[in-house]
Amino acid sequence: MGRIVIDKERCKACNICMSVCPKKLIHPSHSVNMKGLNYAEFEDKNGECIGCAMCAHSCPDVAIVKVYK
Amino acid sequence: MLETGRKVLYKGNEAIAQAAINAGCMCYFGYPITPQSEIGEYMSAKLPAMGRTFIPAESELASISMLIGAGTTGTKAMTSSSSCGIALMQEGLSAMVCAEVPGVIVSVMRGGPGLGNIAPAQGDYFQAVRGGGNGDYRVIVLAPSTVQESVDLTYRAFHLAMKYRNPVMLLADGILGQMMEPVEFKKYPYPETDTSSWALSGAKGREPRFLVSLHMLDGEMEAITRRLFEKYDKIAENETSYEEYMTEDADIIITAFGTVARVAKAAVKRARQNGIKAGLFRPVTLFPFPDKALHQAAKKAKIVLDIEMNMGQMLLDVRSAVFGAAPVEFFGKPGGALITFEDIYDSIVDADKKIARGGLV
Amino acid sequence: METLVYQKPECLKKNGAFTFCPGCGHGVVLRIIAELIDEYGLQENTIAISSVGCSIFLEKFYDLDVAGASHGRSPCVATGIKRSLPDKFVFTYQGDGDAATIGFNETIHTACRGEKITTICINNTTFGMTGGQASATTLVGQVTKTTPQGRKAELTGYPLHAAEIVANCDGAAYVARVAICSPKHIREAKEAIRKAFEMQIKGLGYSFVEVLAACPTNWGLSPVESMNLIKNTIEKVHHVGVFKDITSQEVK
Repeated sequence: MGRIVIDKERCKACNICMSVCPKKLIHPSHSVNMKGLNYAEFEDKNGECIGCAMCAHSCPDVAIVKVYK
Repeated sequence: MLETGRKVLYKGNEAIAQAAINAGCMCYFGYPITPQSEIGEYMSAKLPAMGRTFIPAESELASISMLIGAGTTGTKAMTSSSSCGIALMQEGLSAMVCAEVPGVIVSVMRGGPGLGNIAPAQGDYFQAVRGGGNGDYRVIVLAPSTVQESVDLTYRAFHLAMKYRNPVMLLADGILGQMMEPVEFKKYPYPETDTSSWALSGAKGREPRFLVSLHMLDGEMEAITRRLFEKYDKIAENETSYEEYMTEDADIIITAFGTVARVAKAAVKRARQNGIKAGLFRPVTLFPFPDKALHQAAKKAKIVLDIEMNMGQMLLDVRSAVFGAAPVEFFGKPGGALITFEDIYDSIVDADKKIARGGLV
Repeated sequence: METLVYQKPECLKKNGAFTFCPGCGHGVVLRIIAELIDEYGLQENTIAISSVGCSIFLEKFYDLDVAGASHGRSPCVATGIKRSLPDKFVFTYQGDGDAATIGFNETIHTACRGEKITTICINNTTFGMTGGQASATTLVGQVTKTTPQGRKAELTGYPLHAAEIVANCDGAAYVARVAICSPKHIREAKEAIRKAFEMQIKGLGYSFVEVLAACPTNWGLSPVESMNLIKNTIEKVHHVGVFKDITSQEVK
């Protein structure tokens, strides 16, 4: 089971991570960050994350700061 | 390294190059242009053999940018060019002043505007002293009038560049570059500057550093510019230099720089022999301009006669230095036309007649 | 027991959040460079050269020594640095408006000299920082601020293919064009930049990696749509691939 850590203040809500996640585990948050953006939020109720880090590698803002496998 | 205790016959351009080598110039970058191509040729023959760098750059834009690169590491480096080539370097000069990067630029002036011709001229006084780059900036400008002085001022150019982290321009003309004179290469007389507090070397065991020329924060550029101008005040205080020749009791003070000044000196001598009280004031640093000293000298004179191989460029600095202490007259020739002994002597005689008529002020 | 498989690179500044627009390709490339600098232990030995454009603020993002250069001149500044300190790792970070337009002369001559530096050129086919005007690499038909009707070849010519031209310079050791429009592409981009860095570390010559990257703001597309534009359109004109690798038998 994998896990990612998002630094929500670095996130600019470009949604690229959401488009590349093979398990579709990243979604726009309902709350906003200091930029006023619906930052990316990781939600993995069923333990599906495989720790592939494709989200982190695609993030243009290094907002996904850690990936565990 | 060529260090002699005796005089050797050297061509101006080559003497400048050898002086740079003696001063510890590790890198030379340049693009050929008459009348200074011998500088690059000399460097290409000497530097690689000494384990130093010579690069025939693709343009003057490239040369000055390579100079910036070397300068950011605290390495002594030089480029050289002439009029239209120096024009291309203005971008780099402004940038290196802003980022406080040291470097030496040799400008051997030819006739202009445009591609002009390859005759000696002084039409690039503005280009050197006022500059064609953007923003509030200054380049230290040294103007030799003999080959020996070209050597001595090349040493000084490296010293000032490193000491003040500012570009320094040696402003010569085609006569000086091409003529041969006996010259003595003394040992580089200045102490080495410690660059360890600012030079780029990789952020090992210290905070990272940056030497850049874009400063977008609110008020940042104003603060930097003010700091630069405090530095220029210090440079003016410490480094202004000039030569006075028989100005003490002179009625007519000639102001001239570079090669024109040595012709003027001969004319002053002749005038004195013929009973005309002439003198010569020769700025050696064109920036900082010796305005206080010139003003003092002009106070005692009846006329200041500025002579240049252009249509009157240093004239503006002379006028602002004299500031009404004496009337200022001008004689000049543009476009690579040489100013002869007779030209200057006749101008002195004319000025003397005007004084005799009492009708100048 | 979970293992850390990815983390933010060390040589990125702690408080140095990127100042680019959402979805901008610069961030991905800057991160790849940072990762490689960490992997090869180059941080204390690197001097980076920033250029003019959105690529200019390196010192705000990296814990590295940085020298600035005027528009297009970073390869020259890098040359001066590398010749002064040959043991340092020196790279320029430029855009297409910089390396392939105003400074292409400098790029080519640096490649011909075989200068032992690395250039990373972000090609988003526009002048990003000034608001999206056409650059030398703009595609025929592409709408920009200065080609409002789309670039017309008969008026403003054809896109310049920087990597292919640089590859023709004898001093170039490694030249590649990569894209950052999918995780697979990004992996390949990292390997290309790794190869380019190794060329310099081994002292083999000049290395140049052109990176097709998105400029969603000036393209008027969403970040995800921009990825697709690179994949479906830009890559068809600016082909990805390795154009020179002096260490490989397969690539000339």
